[in-house]
Amino acid sequence: MAASDRIQFVLDGNLVELTDVDPTRTVLQYLREDLRRTGTKEGCAEGDCGACTVVVAEQRNGKAELRAINSCIQFVPTLHGKELLTVESLCRGGESLHPVQQAMVDNHGSQCGFCTPGFVMSLYALYETNPAPTRREIDDALAGNLCRCTGYRPIVAAARAMYQAPRPDGLLHPETLAKTHGESLAIEHDGRRFFAPVSIAELAGLCARYPDATLLAGGTDVGLWVTKQHRVLDTIIHTGRVAELHTLETGATHIDIGAAVSLTDAMAVFVDQYPQLEEIFLRFASPPIRNAGTLGGNVANGSPIGDSMPALMAAGTTLVLRSADGSREIGLDDFYHDYMQNDLRPGEFLERIRVPLPGAGTVLASHKLSKRFDQDISAVCTAYRLELDGDTVSSFRMACGGMAATIRRARQCEQAVTGQPWNQATLTAGRAALAKDFTPISDMRATAAYRLRAAQNLLTRFYLETTGASEETVYAYGRQG
Amino acid sequence: MRGVVGRALPHDSAVLHVSGTAAYTDDLPEPRDLLHVAVGLSDHAHARIRGIDLDAVIGAEGVVATCIAADIPGDNNCGPIVADEEILASDTALYAGQAIFAVAADTVDRARRAARLAEIDYEPLEAILDPLAAVEKESFVLPTETMTRGDAAAAIEKAPHRVSRRLTLGGQDQFYLEGHIAMAIPQEDGGLLVYSSTQHPDEVQHLVAHAIGRSAKDVVCICRRMGGAFGGKESQAATIACIAAIMAVKTGRSCKLRLDRDDDMVMTGKRHDFVIEYEAGFDDHGRILGVDFMFASRCGISADLSGPVNDRTMFHCDNAYFLENVHITSHRCKTNTVSNTAFRGFGGPQGMHAIEYVIDDIARTLGKDPADVRRRNFYGKTTRNVTHYRQTIEDNILEDLFDKLEADADYRARRDEIRAFNAEHRVLRRGIAMTPVKFGISFTATHLNHGGTEMGQGLYIKVAQVAADELGVTLDRIRINAADTSKVPNASATAASSGSDINGKAVQAACRKIRGRLTEFAARHFSVSEAGIDFAGNVVSIGERELAFEELVGLAWFDRVQMFATGFYRTPKIHYDRDTFSGRPFFYYGYGAAVSEVVVDTLTGEYRLTRVDILHDCGDSLNPAMDLGQVEGGFIQGAGWLTSEELCWNDKGELTTHAPSTYKIPTCSDLPVDWRVELLENAANREDTIYRSKAVGEPPLMLALSVFHALRDAIATDANPLPDLRAPATPEAVLDALVSNGS
Repeated sequence: MAASDRIQFVLDGNLVELTDVDPTRTVLQYLREDLRRTGTKEGCAEGDCGACTVVVAEQRNGKAELRAINSCIQFVPTLHGKELLTVESLCRGGESLHPVQQAMVDNHGSQCGFCTPGFVMSLYALYETNPAPTRREIDDALAGNLCRCTGYRPIVAAARAMYQAPRPDGLLHPETLAKTHGESLAIEHDGRRFFAPVSIAELAGLCARYPDATLLAGGTDVGLWVTKQHRVLDTIIHTGRVAELHTLETGATHIDIGAAVSLTDAMAVFVDQYPQLEEIFLRFASPPIRNAGTLGGNVANGSPIGDSMPALMAAGTTLVLRSADGSREIGLDDFYHDYMQNDLRPGEFLERIRVPLPGAGTVLASHKLSKRFDQDISAVCTAYRLELDGDTVSSFRMACGGMAATIRRARQCEQAVTGQPWNQATLTAGRAALAKDFTPISDMRATAAYRLRAAQNLLTRFYLETTGASEETVYAYGRQG
Repeated sequence: MRGVVGRALPHDSAVLHVSGTAAYTDDLPEPRDLLHVAVGLSDHAHARIRGIDLDAVIGAEGVVATCIAADIPGDNNCGPIVADEEILASDTALYAGQAIFAVAADTVDRARRAARLAEIDYEPLEAILDPLAAVEKESFVLPTETMTRGDAAAAIEKAPHRVSRRLTLGGQDQFYLEGHIAMAIPQEDGGLLVYSSTQHPDEVQHLVAHAIGRSAKDVVCICRRMGGAFGGKESQAATIACIAAIMAVKTGRSCKLRLDRDDDMVMTGKRHDFVIEYEAGFDDHGRILGVDFMFASRCGISADLSGPVNDRTMFHCDNAYFLENVHITSHRCKTNTVSNTAFRGFGGPQGMHAIEYVIDDIARTLGKDPADVRRRNFYGKTTRNVTHYRQTIEDNILEDLFDKLEADADYRARRDEIRAFNAEHRVLRRGIAMTPVKFGISFTATHLNHGGTEMGQGLYIKVAQVAADELGVTLDRIRINAADTSKVPNASATAASSGSDINGKAVQAACRKIRGRLTEFAARHFSVSEAGIDFAGNVVSIGERELAFEELVGLAWFDRVQMFATGFYRTPKIHYDRDTFSGRPFFYYGYGAAVSEVVVDTLTGEYRLTRVDILHDCGDSLNPAMDLGQVEGGFIQGAGWLTSEELCWNDKGELTTHAPSTYKIPTCSDLPVDWRVELLENAANREDTIYRSKAVGEPPLMLALSVFHALRDAIATDANPLPDLRAPATPEAVLDALVSNGS
């Protein structure tokens, strides 16, 4: 199929077509600077405050899927084939307010008003995707939006009240969206290139041809390379439109997750199989980041404080790596070599993540510590998989984030525990071994001493959880109040 | 109450906010000749600047001009009170992140990229990076102050019990969602129009005029609204406006400087962090007999507003308690870090944190309920009612308020229930605390005029409500305009919770002049007595006749009646001798109290606010919806200050928490699970404020001291009742306190 240089998306019912776009121009810059559409705000330019929140809609399996994303770190070419909604879209030029907007007015949900358009868009995404959210679901929907004025209570009230007004007509234009072309994108601008292939063979070919290219999945990290580090990216290959990378299958032994599957979708399937992981995934970034970001990106990027990998590693996950020469499979625990260095060879990319299904009697758990519950990067993140044969530990794996230059297993702790009775003495031995496994660093998130002590105490928490002596986490406890 | 005053009306801009049509400075139409400015920052905490090579900057794509200190046409100063802070560092860089040069380019992106290309030759000098090091080296931005009443040393010496402690108390970034921004547009004949996100347009006008070597008449500053400020745009906005203005004058083109969030957090001042030492003597009942405080605050490189901030710390280290024998030492430490500034509470919170810690220590030493010890030390109504700065408290309603909240929140029974819970649980532990707030309003006699700025607090709607009622018209007849120095000159900052008090009264005075003129005209025109004329509901009753308001205005126009007026208000009664720290610095006090309950995980130090009850005094509220918003928002902001918001510097003096990825303000899920907030009813201000309301901007922030002490309550055990909990009480700080406590 021939590649096109036309980016097409829908805005206010119109099919917008762009050519010769700077491939790293952000959606926020495009809205504010090119269109002078200034309702959407910049608060941080790193996807952490939510003032820039917009909603994108795309057709998936014959259904419109609406999701809030951070426009400040999303590159314009990734809009291709989607409908973009901003705060201005909701009230059609201020004629009449959408129920979400009216509820914010009625409940005094704005004070300075700067964060408000972002909140409105997160609420709108909630409105369209959840007809009766619980308080926890409201909190989660708003986890990526910071407000410094109101103390949030009136915004939560608006989230409850917004369903009371008559439902207005839908804001989407699927017939216009259907007119966007399905070809690959190939854009060149000022000597820099952006490719968005639609097949895995095409992707493999591009990776072989441009082995130094930046692979762009959700852009929740790469976006910051541009907005914060001012890096110039010569060649970008976007994985988001490759059909084969969107597979999400639960088979007899494994969950197979394509590398371009969003964190939101991957986690839903993951939590289905491993309900104990719900809290850690709730605490993983925010909905706009999980909507844009991919599990594949989290794994391949390989940050030592990535929150998915401890659980994946403890579960025994393997990765399918692909290149023009074929594919190979590698254990996640062998994938990371050193700080931000992994086993990918030039021209190779991550195709699939294969997570074993839980066996009978297998316990998998993961714990995260940070200064704030939501949208905070881990000081420490731990995960464990335990199998017992009677009282004896037949198999134990533990992986930690925030404790070393990569996410990695706690091999000495595993050795101290495996084969032993699952009791207090073994716990004590496991705790002591953790101190040999890791020599963490001190930084703005935590001191080395806290990291080690907390990791040991989290092992104790896991012990208590698996011996029936646990008390809830403070978050679960608070929810009952 | 009549008309619209006192009604819970929405914010005047609410519809604009939710539809994205409220214009902030960066949303304004850009002049065709606009350039974008970026700043180059110091890499060193303290270094002599041997040379600045900007060749690569000037050669970068899109760059039009650069500017260093020597290029500034006027004064290279942005210090608001003391002229001690350079706009651009000239010879010496005084902190990591200080602006050294500016660059203007055709796009924001190009300006920011170019700003990274400078070659600056530094000669590193020794840096002072924390308050205690500054005290040791006697490095101060302003002289050390002391305040004394009675003989604290003798009282402590004689007291049956004593406690002493050193506290560390973190600072706080304002984290307004809209970062600093200014756009300067050259006007004819040397004039300059500056759009600035500022709480203090008047100061921006004057500092910009000085910086560009013109006089104040040549500069106009306008601010319609800010996307939050919280004190962070009181003095700090001037630096940004000055840089934009200097570049506009240099290039002859419009120039906009919008700081990137990271630069904003690195370059602009925050709430002062403190080291506090105290020693207190007390009796068997927990009554304080004598207390000695040492405050050392990180002021940074210049005085900025640190003088009045630290004065307020000294004024508020009594909070609600009568201190018969007290000695206070206040060091204003000069450090090689960003110059700290105003932040909601303005030094008051730090003083109140100190005395609340003292009270908590006393109660725990004696094994008493801290709420009882608090009550034992409250100011009296007729005796024990003079502050350590010799102001007699005439409006004390605290004890009644405290009692009501204690009952409403079921404090005693819950405290017992929590103790039972803690006895049964190994991992989770709960805590509860009840703390009061007494906060002085109307400090300083220089608030003279109206011209307030809107930062989200609802000042404009409150002022519009006053105007509507005074003129007898409905709210839709009132239009609210931007703060503009060419319309309202010499206004003071919108700060110190003073916005409604001052601007409400000034608008009332202006409206009464207009109404008086209209009344006089109508009486003359229709030959009725002035007493027979009334304004209400857009209708003017003139004897038997009724006229639409605009009809009367039309008739008055033909009669050449002046129908504009200015109003003027100056806070009465306040006087104060700075040399002896005595007098009446405050017109009145705002009161409140809160009960907070937490649950703590003793394995990790994580915690959660499970229930909060608040009772707060807003006088007769001008707008209960706006006031409730201030109480709730202030409380959560205060809770953030004392829990998750941690500012960190590395050993090179660089701020390492300069973005929301690393600096964590509360989110939605941090709200108390069960949150009950009430405004005190039938609480008319005994002083003659606008409709007997009370200022509400700052006092609620300190309600969050209850969160901190609830955490300490959860950590404390009978075995070791005085855990050493630092603020902010991050999970790590809580775990440290638990471990030091032997848990």
